[in-house]
Amino acid sequence: MDALMQFLLSGMTVGAVYALVALGFTIIYNASDVVNFAQGEFVMLGGMTTVFAHAAGLPLPLAAVIAIALTALVGVALNKLAIEPARGAPVVSLIIITIGASIFIRGAAQLVFDKQLHRFPSFSGDEPIRLLGAAILPQSLWVVGGAFAVFFGLWAFFTKTLTGKAVLATANNRLAAQLVGINTGWVMTLSFSLSAAIGALAGVLVTPITLVAYDVGVGLALKGFAAAMLGGMGNPKGALVGGILLGLLEAMTAGYLSSQYKDAVAFIVILAVLFAMPQGLFGAKHTERV
Amino acid sequence: MLTVEKLHSAYGRIEVLHGIDLQVKSGEIVTVVGANGAGKTTLLKCLSGTQPVTSGQIDFRGEVITAVPAFKRLERGLAQSPEGRQIFTNLSVEENLRLGAFLFSDDRVDADMQDAFTMFPILKEKRNLMAGGLSGGQQQMLAIARALMGRPHCLLLDEPSMGLAPLLVAQIFEVVESLKARDVTVLLVEQNAFGALKIADRGYVMETGQVTMSGPASELIADPRIREAYLGI
Repeated sequence: MDALMQFLLSGMTVGAVYALVALGFTIIYNASDVVNFAQGEFVMLGGMTTVFAHAAGLPLPLAAVIAIALTALVGVALNKLAIEPARGAPVVSLIIITIGASIFIRGAAQLVFDKQLHRFPSFSGDEPIRLLGAAILPQSLWVVGGAFAVFFGLWAFFTKTLTGKAVLATANNRLAAQLVGINTGWVMTLSFSLSAAIGALAGVLVTPITLVAYDVGVGLALKGFAAAMLGGMGNPKGALVGGILLGLLEAMTAGYLSSQYKDAVAFIVILAVLFAMPQGLFGAKHTERV
Repeated sequence: MLTVEKLHSAYGRIEVLHGIDLQVKSGEIVTVVGANGAGKTTLLKCLSGTQPVTSGQIDFRGEVITAVPAFKRLERGLAQSPEGRQIFTNLSVEENLRLGAFLFSDDRVDADMQDAFTMFPILKEKRNLMAGGLSGGQQQMLAIARALMGRPHCLLLDEPSMGLAPLLVAQIFEVVESLKARDVTVLLVEQNAFGALKIADRGYVMETGQVTMSGPASELIADPRIREAYLGI
């Protein structure tokens, strides 16, 4: 029983990180139908930049804010330099461009930063909190709280604000969006910066637990992608539930089977979703009339 | 209201508009009729800014708008209900209408929406449904209503009758005619020349990228060449 509780708690923590990555996918997907495989690099940049800014003597909160802002700028640059020039290309080409961008960002990070593993101190100390016979790090609560905060923020953004609806409208029909007066170029800039900022926030929150290095992005992008697919691409609720489910599945597999199979879970999930329910748990069923 | 001078436009190296001259005066319903492929839709796309102009000039309410990007033309009062309706299929009917008034956030938005529901009661009934699930006729109504939510001075309508049952076609034309009473100037592009000329004040006939005839709609509808070529009489 204690072991189960422990697996649940660590699964929640990891799942919250996947959820944050999946939420980042959601925004860009909603605005452009593109799955941005550089999303994991945003997490890495958030963590790495905070590490180096903090090491340079800045207080941790300031370093984190700077890291998130800089990563948002990288997101905007990705859109302006790589996605926008290819406007009109098929979505698959754009997705491949994001894979290229992720390789580039990883390479650049290796040069600008270094190849070491880094961490910075936890926000609220490292004293584990006892909970129903299991232990949880205070930092885990930050991660889970962050995921829920971002989820509620995005949910309100897409359902309650006109700007959020403008993002959805741009993805659905760019031409019609322009005709109702939406500056679709600006919507894309907004989406990429928001998405990158959320990725960076994930990096900031999770680095004290999992550490960060220049190459942590690939794995996170794949896990986040699996989570988004499981929940239903484009739906913030799906991203949150998919992320946490995937984290729990991983923790259970590692605990009860073997930690060697842990990483296989994400891929089994992708395959299962694609075979059984390609729209995911909360994905929109396509009922379009033409 | 709207003056087009020597407008040329091309898809790649193939020119499809070879110098169009056209004028729409305030309060008029003007129609552009012609066969499929005559360049009518391209002309409207140039006017709404979604198709590049190679040369020529578009004047709207005393200003040259040839180089104004598409999303800024509605601000100036020029709206388009595009070919193929182009509604936001994954948003609700009400959200589509709200986005039509994207530029506004005042009290009039709600009043305008009630107005749209009065004009098209079926949209009120289906306000919470995804727009993609509407029938073709309902989607067309939504497209027109959404364009009107942007409070246009001039509405560009592209083939509103396309693919609709005759009864619905009559209803759509009735709505277009009623826009006059709302001080909305209309430029209507139609293959259904008879229906369009019946409600229009003036008409232009387009053939292979050129205006071949123009004049009062009542004269065009009586012209033997038009009757033969477009009205099937």
